[in-house]
Amino acid sequence: MSTPLSSPGSAQQAPGRGPVRTGSPRTSRTARNHAPITAAGLAAKVILLGLVAGIAIWAAFPLVEAEKWVGLAVLMLTTAALFYLYLGRRHVPAKYLIPGTLFLIAFQVVPVLYTASTAFTNFGDGHRGSKDDAIVAIQSSSVKQVPGSTQYPLSVATKGDPATGALVFLITKPGTDTVSVGDAGGLRPLDPGAATVGPGGKVTAADGYTVLNFGQASARSKDITDLVVPTAGGALRSSGLSRAYEGKAVRAYDAGCDCVKDSDSGKTWTADGEVGAFVAADGERLAQGWKVNVGLSNFTRVLTDERISGPFLGTLIWNFAFAIGSTGGTFILGMLIALALHSPRMRGTNLYRMLLILPYAMPSFAMLLVWRDMFNTDFGLINNLFGLSVDWFGQDWSARAAVILVQLWLGYPYMFLVATGALQAIPRELTEATSVDGASRWQSFRAVTLPLLLVALSPLLISSFAFNFNNFNAIYLTTEGAPFPADNPSNGATDLLITYTYRLAFGGQAAQFGFAAAISLFIFAIVAVVSAVSFRRTRQQEEVYA
Amino acid sequence: MTMLTGAAVTGGANGPAAVNRNGGKRKKRWFAEVGWRHLVGLLGVLFSLFPLVFVVSAALNPLGTLSSTELVPTGGVSLENFGNLFARTEFAHWFLNSLLIAGGAAFASVFLSALAAYAFSRMRFQGRRVGLLSLLLIQMFPQFLAIVAIFLIFGTITDLWPAIGFNTPWGLLLLYLGGALGVNTWLMKGFFDTLPRELDESATMDGASHAQVFFRIMLPLVAPILAVTGLLAFINTINEFLMASVFLTDTDAKTLAVGMRGMLQGGERNTNFGIFAAGTLLTAIPTVLVFQFLQRYIVSGLTSGAVKG
Repeated sequence: MSTPLSSPGSAQQAPGRGPVRTGSPRTSRTARNHAPITAAGLAAKVILLGLVAGIAIWAAFPLVEAEKWVGLAVLMLTTAALFYLYLGRRHVPAKYLIPGTLFLIAFQVVPVLYTASTAFTNFGDGHRGSKDDAIVAIQSSSVKQVPGSTQYPLSVATKGDPATGALVFLITKPGTDTVSVGDAGGLRPLDPGAATVGPGGKVTAADGYTVLNFGQASARSKDITDLVVPTAGGALRSSGLSRAYEGKAVRAYDAGCDCVKDSDSGKTWTADGEVGAFVAADGERLAQGWKVNVGLSNFTRVLTDERISGPFLGTLIWNFAFAIGSTGGTFILGMLIALALHSPRMRGTNLYRMLLILPYAMPSFAMLLVWRDMFNTDFGLINNLFGLSVDWFGQDWSARAAVILVQLWLGYPYMFLVATGALQAIPRELTEATSVDGASRWQSFRAVTLPLLLVALSPLLISSFAFNFNNFNAIYLTTEGAPFPADNPSNGATDLLITYTYRLAFGGQAAQFGFAAAISLFIFAIVAVVSAVSFRRTRQQEEVYA
Repeated sequence: MTMLTGAAVTGGANGPAAVNRNGGKRKKRWFAEVGWRHLVGLLGVLFSLFPLVFVVSAALNPLGTLSSTELVPTGGVSLENFGNLFARTEFAHWFLNSLLIAGGAAFASVFLSALAAYAFSRMRFQGRRVGLLSLLLIQMFPQFLAIVAIFLIFGTITDLWPAIGFNTPWGLLLLYLGGALGVNTWLMKGFFDTLPRELDESATMDGASHAQVFFRIMLPLVAPILAVTGLLAFINTINEFLMASVFLTDTDAKTLAVGMRGMLQGGERNTNFGIFAAGTLLTAIPTVLVFQFLQRYIVSGLTSGAVKG
């Protein structure tokens, strides 16, 4: 499945991993003593490569149709490289690495690089496309109905779900049967016969489209009003749900002064390449800008813009506190219970274990929502049980304590399980030896059990920290970042960097993809540094104890 | 509570001796040696169970609202919520979607990372160290940080190949496979490293190819651990919310996480709690069953990987 999807960039990289040489004598021996080809192995190879070829051909047709020649070249090169790799006898390690690597490149490395490149732009709402796109948008959104505008019978249709799919206009030229289909990209004629035109000139059905009925259309009247179809002389807009008019654009772009002029008011907005927008002399900006490279300004904003840097520092500190609190809390609780149940005289441990790990086996997204409702002020279980009426998610510290408690519940069974396993792996002679030497139980725990446990579990603790540092669900499905300070609705007291980023990119206000991407990179840097340092320390520990 | 029987049995076994001579001192010693362990275990079990008891109670609550749900059902029990769950929502669809996506992703990701781990563990080649380190690095950049880019990329894919685009399980499955290698390869490599090299070397001497060594010798030996890793991948995928919510907007195409969160949105939050709880219990059935079934391997498997790092 991977071949058709490898996006630009993978072609260069994927085969690049291919030319690996079998260096050490160990593997070169494997390579020399070729085993005879078995029938089963041959059959598997033929079937799998046939599948690859089939998928490549299937994927090639839409690429040819859409004239995406670069994509096609990438697809063909990747397929050819796969055939070369698996038909030959060399490059044995690559045969095992390539399948996963292809997916990794297509769906992780490429998106991550894409994200990194957006961090240096102002990409977001109002700055989505090129300058030309912005000019088209400005001109067509300024379209007004003028006397003598042509009127068309209109049907609204979609290729997808009537409630959510992207809308198109189906219009009929008055007096004829010529049907055209229009979307934000422009107007193009539909094949004659592909559409059925009703008596009033309205299209009632069209091949490949679902025509919205009146109820469906009125449910999406806002989308219909917002849809502007650019045409040669201006643009096409709806007036009501069943008529469209072709109006004249009031604002026009003048290449000579690189500015936009309004023919009604005479005002001009000049292009500013630094910020990617048309700016008037009085500082007014047009909403439709374009994407430009803004260098490091997304990163410096975090430090210099006071409205961002203050709350950001708070979020950063809380983010660390949350990750350390969740990881440490679950580890301590899990280890305590594991220690308690780890005794040869203890009976019923299997039963205990079965019940203790139930929270881990439950679907965590659902249990997070259950916990959210258990903390509900009016009907929640916690308030009911203790006769309280605390607004748990309304105050900073109670909300923070609540989310950590929830993480404790969700996470400690895992720590219990791994601590149990690690305890079983510690030879009993070691603890017995300490008690023979007269150490107390606490001394033997401090000197023998705990260090060995830490050596065994620190990789897991580090990855648990990294996971909790970006534990989106833990916050988004419970508090959603609340409580928010009155003056800053975009950064709440329980917000982690990741939920803050998500709000910047997909929240209610204008999306700031560029800024969100910059914070993503920031998160990545923090987690990478913390992990690298602790992995290094772990290795030193292992050398000391093992 | 079943728990108490465990403690009672242990107490009973010590009982006769304790009564015979010096009962008090014996009891004290019993508590210091074993009793406190049961106490800690019991407290842990209570902590683990009380939200679950609440969910069961909510699922059986005939009124089905959050406000009328107590920890222990007092207003009678009924299975109405389960009926409503299937009648009023697309729960069955969501359940199948989740099983398909999570099952497929778990199986494929375990297989892909086992392949890679075999190469990293048993072969020496140029770029091996760089490969391992970059996997570690990539693993730290969670895929969903790139959600904006993923959204834009899949917009193009949906135009070209609608069969693997938005609102299809296949698109989401492919996306999850992108993260497979980063998550599991290191863990698996640790498992493969624990197997003695003499095994595959002798097989090679006997004329086995590298594929035969992998499929006939290595894979069967690590099968329990593969099962555990697969189970963890399965659970993680079932719980994945962020990317699924961006990908799946059609009601029929949703997964459990996306669909069930929708139940508790807005004004429906109080009234839908009963059917939500019923859905939670049904969702838990496959994972809890597999979990209990694999428990033996989970304890030994997880930590043997952990110990070896």
